[in-house]
Amino acid sequence: MSAPVIIASDLRKQFGDFVAVDGVDFEVRPGESFGFLGPNGAGKTSTMRMVGCVSPVTSGGLSIFGLDPERDGPEIRSRMGVVPQTDQLDAELTVSENLLIYGRYFDIPRAECRRRTVDLLEFVQLSERADDQVDPLSGGMKRRLTIARSLINEPDLLLLDEPTTGLDPQARHVLWDRLYRLKQRGVTLVLTTHYMDEAEQLCDRLVVMDQGRIAAEGSPRELIDRYSTREVLELRFAVGENEAMAVKLHGIGERCELLPDRILIYARDGEDALSEVRRRGVDPGGSLVRRSSLEDVFLRLTGRALVD
Amino acid sequence: MSTPTAVRVWENHLMRYRKIWGSHLLGAFVQPVLYLFGMGLGVGALVDRNTESIVLLDGVSYFAFLAPALLATTAMMSGGQSSLWELADGFIWSHRYEAMASTPLTPREIADGLALWQATRTALAVIAVAGVLALFDETRTWGLLVAIPAAVLTGLAFALPISAWSSTRKNGSSFPAVIRFALIPMFLFGGAFFPIDLLPGWLQPVAYVTPLWHGIELCRGAVIPSIDSGPVAVHLAVLLAYTSAGLLACWITFSRTLRP
Repeated sequence: MSAPVIIASDLRKQFGDFVAVDGVDFEVRPGESFGFLGPNGAGKTSTMRMVGCVSPVTSGGLSIFGLDPERDGPEIRSRMGVVPQTDQLDAELTVSENLLIYGRYFDIPRAECRRRTVDLLEFVQLSERADDQVDPLSGGMKRRLTIARSLINEPDLLLLDEPTTGLDPQARHVLWDRLYRLKQRGVTLVLTTHYMDEAEQLCDRLVVMDQGRIAAEGSPRELIDRYSTREVLELRFAVGENEAMAVKLHGIGERCELLPDRILIYARDGEDALSEVRRRGVDPGGSLVRRSSLEDVFLRLTGRALVD
Repeated sequence: MSTPTAVRVWENHLMRYRKIWGSHLLGAFVQPVLYLFGMGLGVGALVDRNTESIVLLDGVSYFAFLAPALLATTAMMSGGQSSLWELADGFIWSHRYEAMASTPLTPREIADGLALWQATRTALAVIAVAGVLALFDETRTWGLLVAIPAAVLTGLAFALPISAWSSTRKNGSSFPAVIRFALIPMFLFGGAFFPIDLLPGWLQPVAYVTPLWHGIELCRGAVIPSIDSGPVAVHLAVLLAYTSAGLLACWITFSRTLRP
């Protein structure tokens, strides 16, 4: 097996007294698609910025392409593409000028930039807008342009920080499709997200981060198997009845969670659990049996309380 | 052959400037030309009637006294513009410099490229004003060609220290104060419109430490050699000190802002 693209060991990032990343270990293998999941403020972006060699490591080990970010930052960055959380486009320039000027930062000759621009704009479906100014483009188009721009240096590793936040479903699916194609070409993808469906779609392997630490690691399937049951039964009752009902449901399934608006029963077989509920004489206003998702894992690991 | 990193940064600025060069140049040179006519010719007609003035102005007309100074003040204003809102756009609003920092370019190289650009942009404005001075007999001298680089250096002596400071700002709310309380007072009292010997005694040392006065003296001495404009080496040394200290400060603040 080839050497990992990224190795992080006991990686920490501290801003003054605030610990953003509190000792994380992970490895990303070539060609893999690796995700950081976590609520806002979990330390995902800080980790990404250290990997992107734009934020010095406070302590711990970090190696990218076998190089040291502190010493070899420019060389590492020359082999990497970055899609930041907010688009950093030159709004007054045209779509193709944005690609040209970004390519020049890597010292790619102009003619070569133009050649790559044609291919990249086709890849992100923006060929028709090549000579339009960036400013009036839609959010989804700007995002696609940002991805095209991050590919101008033909990177081996692509970092994407919340690539689809704020996009409509159509735009998200187009982006997922493009990222999947990149992965098939052998580009290593590292992304952060707080969308579970995105993580399930895109990531071979992921870590769930919470409060600067890694709470769990595995493939989406493994995480669901480990931290949730195969199915979930959702029950709804009239307002205010939940607590009384929860007592009656005690012992059904492997775990039961009481929410303000519904009760979740984690069970291997949701229909079986529902029959047991009915057998006990409880009649919910509504019921739903579904497969466990990454979202169940996520909420279990990081809690339901809002983090702001 | 690889392109120097600062030049790659400079290319971005140039490419964006190509979209707005008309309005920038017009703005940069209309103002000094208005002063040249309003003050130089208008007020000048009044001043030149007074025999004492001729002594104070080393025997030249008020127009000849004022005109070369406008090269330096234009450079100062251009340097100020490029280091306040224009710079903040790259750091705060468009995140342009953050995007550059995620490429092989380092914060220090980004600062070098910015300095190169500020010199270019200031040179364009100064050359436009020099072109106007070349239309008048009194100021049509080869000295204009010497005054242009001196003015550009004056622009950098402002642009780089201000850039180092404004790159650390979270918004532009304090920028108007820089113009009102630093640049405009220097413009009015820094020796462009009257010799600083006429300032109250306690204010004169203030003029000596501002870069503008040294820039004005250099430009004036180059265009009108008959005026006594003090030691060139000292003027140059002060401007170079401001410029290099400013660049050094930019290296530090750009690194802090772009690599937190």
